[in-house]
Amino acid sequence: MPQSVISVEDLTMAYGSVLIQKDLNFSVNQGDIFVIMGGSGCGKSTLLRHMIGLSSPLKGDVRFGGQSLVMADSLQRQQLMKKFGVLFQTGGLLSSLTLGENISLPLTESTQLSAGKIREIVAYKLALVGLAGFEDYYPLQLSGGMQKRAGLARAMALDPEILFFDEPSAGLDPVTSKHLDDLILRLRESLETTIVIVTHELSSIFAIGNNGIFLDAETKTLIAQGSPQQMLATSQEAKVLNFLYRGNLPSAEGHKNE
Amino acid sequence: MKGLDITTPSASLVVQRQPFGLEVIVAGVWTMDAVLPSRSQVLKAIHASQSSTLLRFDMSAVQRWDSALVTEIIAITQAAQHQGLSVDSSSLLPTIQNLLNLVSALPEKHHPPKPPHRITWLEEWESGFTHILQEAFATVEFIGQLCLSSLDVIQKRSHFRRLDWWLQVQDCGPSAFPIVTVISLLVGLILAFVGAVQLSLFGAQMYIANLVSLGMTREMGCLMTAIIMSGRTGAAYAAQLGTMRVNDEIDALRTMNLEPLAFLVLPRMLALILIMPLLCLYADLMGIFGGALVSLTVFDISTAEYLDRTIHAVQMKDFLIGFVKSSVFGVLIAFSGCMRGMQCGRSASAVGDAATSAVVTSIVFIVIADSIMTLICNRFGI
Repeated sequence: MPQSVISVEDLTMAYGSVLIQKDLNFSVNQGDIFVIMGGSGCGKSTLLRHMIGLSSPLKGDVRFGGQSLVMADSLQRQQLMKKFGVLFQTGGLLSSLTLGENISLPLTESTQLSAGKIREIVAYKLALVGLAGFEDYYPLQLSGGMQKRAGLARAMALDPEILFFDEPSAGLDPVTSKHLDDLILRLRESLETTIVIVTHELSSIFAIGNNGIFLDAETKTLIAQGSPQQMLATSQEAKVLNFLYRGNLPSAEGHKNE
Repeated sequence: MKGLDITTPSASLVVQRQPFGLEVIVAGVWTMDAVLPSRSQVLKAIHASQSSTLLRFDMSAVQRWDSALVTEIIAITQAAQHQGLSVDSSSLLPTIQNLLNLVSALPEKHHPPKPPHRITWLEEWESGFTHILQEAFATVEFIGQLCLSSLDVIQKRSHFRRLDWWLQVQDCGPSAFPIVTVISLLVGLILAFVGAVQLSLFGAQMYIANLVSLGMTREMGCLMTAIIMSGRTGAAYAAQLGTMRVNDEIDALRTMNLEPLAFLVLPRMLALILIMPLLCLYADLMGIFGGALVSLTVFDISTAEYLDRTIHAVQMKDFLIGFVKSSVFGVLIAFSGCMRGMQCGRSASAVGDAATSAVVTSIVFIVIADSIMTLICNRFGI
């Protein structure tokens, strides 16, 4: 039985009086590449924001190894936040700092490492994402794919146990997006990091996901759970199959024969 | 969590000479929040060894570790390879071996580091001068485009959105009332206080009314309104247009065959040009009222007297001068705000720069224009 790292319990999210999703229950296991799927506007990114503590839920809880993020006081929250790194949709790099400064920022703020050691760690993180030697570049001097990778390097700065990705392949061409997928897989193999990804990129979902959930905008809750392949094989929900078949849903008989 | 836990052994790094070569023994907790040992002994040993010596790691006593250890290994390995030693990578922990492979597997793109260029004073002057020239050209260009698009609107070749204009009028007019009220009331108050102290030396406190009313109508009313509006509305214009540029909205308008100047800039400019004189008149009245407050309460001048002196002191032309000045300031504020917004770069910080430079530009323009107009009025005895 794999160990559960994050468990989401009865989570209900709303913006003001608008309900986004209700009664979500799932858990992410150690070493998973967990995919949050769903159509546009169903609340995937909102769920991610709740999981990393940027928004607080209407009801329910998000627990990291048994510790509640919702109930945590500010000190506990800081400790919890150190456990995870986040790659935002557009990288989220601070545009007024160089890549080196971007990555060393969390290191100088939350460790007491020497400046030399921090420089080494920055160089190593950049090398991990294939950007060795780019310390002195500003984010705007890089292409979109490179910015994403640099954002990944910053997300990994403090060696987090869990990495969150919000639409990592948005705005990237298929080849670059595949490179990013490969990178995520290799990093997971080497670092044994648990990864949570919000995406609707089908090729990524099937290439890297080994667990996941499917959110629905109409019923406002999750309608399928498990690995993408499992969903494809067992789900009875037309919406899920429609999504995973990219709208070319085969006939019901055809699906059973598969 | 910071610092060292007493019960766990601290990180240690020891180098030993063995028959096969060098052995680096790594042990303990190697995390970023632990206290890490220096690697100088290891480096010294490496430098003292002959090339093709074998370097092995003993990592059997390593407990917890993270990037702190990986970077240590990278540094030692690089130093060893530089010295010509052969590193036995199979002696590393398998995971670290994987990570090292990952670091070296991804293609290292060699971009030449930007050459450290020392700027001489001559170059600094040159770049400053070209910058001023470019600014001047850009300003002239913007004026030209503005004229052309106004012509287009007049000849009905491009569309002017009245609704937008009306929204802008509401935004820069009524919503600016509170701040204009407070500031001009206080300016009137200050003028009265400063003036009264000096005038009382001659026993001429009666003339506070003259000072305040003339000061407000001819200078302070329009100047203060202009400065408030350049901070409030000019900066907002620059930020709005700048953000629209960052979000590709301005390019989108162009592709829809809508001229951004006619669509976005003209309504804003016309709104401010209409509103500025009105706000200025209002500020004049508020300032005079502020002066009256001080004169009546602190300096024992009666209401009738104050009113009488004010009516005698201020003529229609004084109001008109303020009126004309504030119209000119309105043009300048709207112009600098919109120009900086349209010239904005494409990053988040560029929007901030645009707003800042809109305020600076408009205040500089306002002060220069005010001096010129005051000089002209003085010359012709208006």
